[in-house]
Amino acid sequence: MSAVTQTTPAAETDAAPEREWRPPSYWPFVVPALVVVLAIIIFPWLFTIWMSLNEWKVGSPTIFVGLANYVRLPTDPRFVEAVGHTIVYTALSVLLPLIFGTFAAVVFHQKFAGRGFLRGVFIMPMMATPVAIALVWTMMFHPQLGVLNYLLSLVGLPPQLWVFNPITVIPSLVLVETWQWTPLVMLIVLGGLAAIPIEPYESAEIDGAGVWQMFRYITLPLITPFLFIAGMIRMIDAVKSFDIIFAITQGGPGSASETINLYLYSVAFVYYDLGYGSAIAVVFFILIIALAGVLLYLRRRTMWTEIGGGA
Amino acid sequence: MNDHKISRRAILAGTAAAGALSLTGFPARAEVQWKKYAGTKLEVMLAKGPRGDNLQKYIKEFTELTGIQVESEQIPEQQQRQKAVIELASGRPSFDVIHVSYHVQKRQFEKAGWLADISGYMKDSNLTAPDLVESDFSAAGLQYAKNDKGQMLSLPWSVDYFILYYNKELFQKKGVAVPKTLDEMVAAAEKLTDPKEGTFGFVGRGLRNANMALWTNFYLNYGGEFLDNKGNILTDGPEAIEATKLYQTLLTKAAPPGVAGFNWMESMASFTQGRSAMWIDADGWAPPLEDPAASRIVGKVGYTVVPAGPKGQYSSTYGDGIGIAAASKNKEAAYLLCQWAVSKTQGARLLQAGGGVPFRNSIVNDPEVRKGVKNAEWLQSVIDSAKISKLGLPVVIPVAEFRDLVGAALTATLSGGDPAAELKKAHEQFRPILERSEKA
Repeated sequence: MSAVTQTTPAAETDAAPEREWRPPSYWPFVVPALVVVLAIIIFPWLFTIWMSLNEWKVGSPTIFVGLANYVRLPTDPRFVEAVGHTIVYTALSVLLPLIFGTFAAVVFHQKFAGRGFLRGVFIMPMMATPVAIALVWTMMFHPQLGVLNYLLSLVGLPPQLWVFNPITVIPSLVLVETWQWTPLVMLIVLGGLAAIPIEPYESAEIDGAGVWQMFRYITLPLITPFLFIAGMIRMIDAVKSFDIIFAITQGGPGSASETINLYLYSVAFVYYDLGYGSAIAVVFFILIIALAGVLLYLRRRTMWTEIGGGA
Repeated sequence: MNDHKISRRAILAGTAAAGALSLTGFPARAEVQWKKYAGTKLEVMLAKGPRGDNLQKYIKEFTELTGIQVESEQIPEQQQRQKAVIELASGRPSFDVIHVSYHVQKRQFEKAGWLADISGYMKDSNLTAPDLVESDFSAAGLQYAKNDKGQMLSLPWSVDYFILYYNKELFQKKGVAVPKTLDEMVAAAEKLTDPKEGTFGFVGRGLRNANMALWTNFYLNYGGEFLDNKGNILTDGPEAIEATKLYQTLLTKAAPPGVAGFNWMESMASFTQGRSAMWIDADGWAPPLEDPAASRIVGKVGYTVVPAGPKGQYSSTYGDGIGIAAASKNKEAAYLLCQWAVSKTQGARLLQAGGGVPFRNSIVNDPEVRKGVKNAEWLQSVIDSAKISKLGLPVVIPVAEFRDLVGAALTATLSGGDPAAELKKAHEQFRPILERSEKA
């Protein structure tokens, strides 16, 4: 017994010298990271905010104008329309890949011959460069020479104008976006499916549940956290999507597919109005942060309420 | 320079040489010191197109003549314009010589002071060949190159007139005459349109921004002016509405589907495939149209002036220049290059290839040079266009915004928008932008 009581203080004395060394030794390690973050994230952001408070045009002297650039935003019809286009574009290019991706994941979760090979084929669109595939799709969309209208003609449908009609342009672009990013959702959901135990399905089968019921009441709740992650990644990607839209339509026809990002690009690098462009960038950034925040909040809530402490 | 050992090519390349040799009887003038800057290295940034090609193809002759090394790159024009502005604004551009699109950049470059004033060089006979004088440039060229104070900030290089290209075979097949007026053109276009065969009467730019260059032909011929004498924009007036109606009719009733997304490239593709009977665009496209590797209508293309409108007949005109960055450390050498680029030899080559029209009257009006142009019909259309030339865009700073906003209005009419309402909406947005930028 006495030996035990002696060892405890000995352990404390062992730890004591370490504690003496610790306090001054940590913060210098943070410095390199801090410098990098300051230089490439914090400083550009502060500078962007500063630019947004100025009338800042390339080739002209800059004038401090306070919030004038922000006041201009809601009265600028092109900006307001761009916000609308961004919302529609984002909503569609989050929802469709989520639906198709989940479906594909359920299919690829089954065991069948050639599954590995087909999975590989399925994720190929994701590996292609967006600008390159955008150019391919541009050719496919061509109303006279494109393959899509040819395919429609095979099933007796009239030719469409695709990206050359203001009404169909956003759905057509979403088609490309969906084609490219459904595999990403599929991969994430497939991971989720692999983690689901088999027992709930067995007991459900005994209780006489159908395939749809099993999917609705077992699979879907269990993969919900994964869907949220996929949804969040998709949303952030879709909101700031630029390459596909720019390469295919440049925001046209007219400005029918001009999202905030494309308008921002035009203002800053075609009209060289850096002040106003910075104001748009700041608002855009706040929007993305807010969206991400809402999603994170929803994700936590669903994890606690629907799946309890299991996650 | 008059040393007999010099190569024949060098003499050909140097306008000065040609000029000086012909100046028998005026010996007092000093000669251009072509070799003075030998060993200098110049960087040139060009917009992709026939002018850039023409410069790069023969640049060895310039190096032979001057001993100046030239590095040049051609960049597609939209990107070239952006890159130029960003680099010039940084104060340390990577280039000495820059290819300027006057119709987009003139006011912006002047206001920012990015180009070197070359008026002094032009008076210096050590630097300038005697045949290069201001009065040799056409009025439009000088209007483009000079600022308000009368300083020359660049050398006018090549002018673009808009002309009417037409497919003779399709016209013959349908028994249609080449239109002389815009009304006749609409009638002809509708007659030539045969969707079953996949052929259309007219093709042209429908893409926002690019389409302005086509539309202004109609606008000018309906009697439109861009600015009043107080600098207010007038492109939503009655002439504009009439011009837009014509534009809408042509591009919706007689043009291929999807034309709302066409720039010159897509239009040219439709035309060279023999799918469209008429095309109005810049005059520099004769080489690809007559190239058997790229075109199915070689030898079947007609070239003529843009048809007349009710209030006149104009060819909307755009232009390129070549200038020197104010920040360049090799201004004199750069000036020699600019001078060579607009020289008689180089200008004649550009014209004879059908790639563009020099601003210099001494080149365009030279019977010898004209004889070398193989495509006589094209040449005639260009000569006729020069007589009715009128600047195709307002000379204001926010040209890009103007083209985008009004261009979007035009594109909107192609999917059923009302011309008057769309123009009104676009100008409500453009007027404050114009006011802000011109007063600043």
